[in-house]
Amino acid sequence: MLRYALLRLLGAIPTLLLVIVLAFLMVHAAPGGPFDDERVLPPETRAALEAAYSLDEPLHQQFLAYLSRLAHGDLGPSYRYRDHTVGELIGSAFPVSLKLGAMAMLLAVGIGVTAGSLAALRRNTALDRAVMAMAMTGISIPVFVIAPLLVLFLAVKLQWLPAGWSGNEGPGRFVLPVIALALPQIAYIARLTRASMIDVLASDFVRTARAQGLSTLAIVRYHALKPAMLPVLSYMGPAIAAILTGSVVVEEIFGIPGLGQFFVRGALNRDYTLVLGIVIFYAALVVLLNLVVDLLYGLIDPRIRRR
Amino acid sequence: MTTFANILRRVRKSRAVLISGGLLLGIVVAAIAGPALSPHDYLQTNFNELLQRPATTGFRFFGTDDLGRDLFVRSMLGVQVTIIVAIVASVVSLVIGVTYGAVAGYFGGRVDALMMRFVDTLYALPFIFFVILLMVAFERNFLLIFVAIGAINWLDMARIVRGQTLSLREREFVDAARLTGVSAPRIIFRHIAPNLIGVVIVYVTLTIPQAILVESFLSFLGLGIQEPQTSLGALVDAGVNQMEGASWMLLIPAALLATILLCFNFLGDAMRDVFDARDAQ
Repeated sequence: MLRYALLRLLGAIPTLLLVIVLAFLMVHAAPGGPFDDERVLPPETRAALEAAYSLDEPLHQQFLAYLSRLAHGDLGPSYRYRDHTVGELIGSAFPVSLKLGAMAMLLAVGIGVTAGSLAALRRNTALDRAVMAMAMTGISIPVFVIAPLLVLFLAVKLQWLPAGWSGNEGPGRFVLPVIALALPQIAYIARLTRASMIDVLASDFVRTARAQGLSTLAIVRYHALKPAMLPVLSYMGPAIAAILTGSVVVEEIFGIPGLGQFFVRGALNRDYTLVLGIVIFYAALVVLLNLVVDLLYGLIDPRIRRR
Repeated sequence: MTTFANILRRVRKSRAVLISGGLLLGIVVAAIAGPALSPHDYLQTNFNELLQRPATTGFRFFGTDDLGRDLFVRSMLGVQVTIIVAIVASVVSLVIGVTYGAVAGYFGGRVDALMMRFVDTLYALPFIFFVILLMVAFERNFLLIFVAIGAINWLDMARIVRGQTLSLREREFVDAARLTGVSAPRIIFRHIAPNLIGVVIVYVTLTIPQAILVESFLSFLGLGIQEPQTSLGALVDAGVNQMEGASWMLLIPAALLATILLCFNFLGDAMRDVFDARDAQ
């Protein structure tokens, strides 16, 4: 198991390098420099600025310098938030996004697995069809449409929950953003669970359990749930990426000062170092979490480890 | 692979295909004919008619926005952008995906292992962030957005096509072609590719809603289509800012986008049943 974990960890290194090279090249292939759209700077100031951000060196040297600073955990200074480094900005904004994402993920797995299992157990009934129709809707409608609709109906019209983030303390402000983030994932997970639960329920060991007189609830709880969860577990990687993407929109709509909001602001302001830093951070996060999911998979399903 | 007539019969029998296909066709026709029929234009601001509710009189079916521009014409313009994205992105992903998958599958062995390892690597990346990076680095022009969106959606296609090609290349007609001295590129494009049409149609149908989603996501964030041009994502964004007083500005583009995406997803699922992609794999 340890060998497997180490091998997978080594395998993640080329991926991360690819990410860094790709992101770095994209930003540096951009026409024009980061100081072009400001008021015209005196040549000396401009040269000093470019030297300060080492923009006057050849590209490969800039890349190597960036890589060596990155190895020390330094993502460089932000072009727009002049007093902060990119690392500081990420460090201050990420905890909020993490909290939001973790809650959405828990909610998605909890409700998705329950709804999917129920649909599988009551296959071809009205309940099943209702769950699947809702899942199709949830998959099709993007987060940036769901979130404003939730705000419009639950916050503006009915006034049950706060619509914004600032000025609202307490757990209430988490409710709508978390629901908006979780809904599409609930839909995907419900569909996956239903399909795999139907397969598992048709297998021989479930038939044997039934013959022994176990109740349906006990069969699902003790025998069917674990194997039926495997496809859901392997969906966790894409789900993490989707929640990260969704959090960009959700933070923008609800005005949450998280990493996603910094990312969009950075993109609109052309804050190259910030955007580059956040892309690398996101990619590293996704790669690492995928690794964790893979290891968990190996832990739950022994067949994987032996390969 | 079923014959063409057989497929047509199954398409006619499938209610999901007929309903979602009909609805999409209606929206497309309205998007193309609507702006031409309307007396209003997408740019014309009118400060006497700010935030008008939708009405049946005066060709104001969807009302006006906060600058007094006609929302029906603007929405239809947004749908046009959506249609263009759907076409360009699916062609790009089709070309890259089929070529990549067919080459990997046809040559097999080490080439295949290496090429598919690269696809696995790309799968693990949050691509949308790279598209945003691209939008930041370069001027936001129409074509770049569309091509970038197509370029991130080819991975599924490549995997499916590779799987199909692996089994196709063992067939006698490929052996025959090889024996008569046909070159590898010609075998791939003239002999193997035509046999992939079924699965390719299914996966293109499933790629289209993803491409539409990415474009509207970018436009919603202000990183895609720029004013005064518009797209459904940009219209939803404008609607969010006005939703307390003028909920139609949010509800109409949101409903249009949701309907289009829902129809494409239903269509894709139904197509999969029609072509029985699982059997073919």
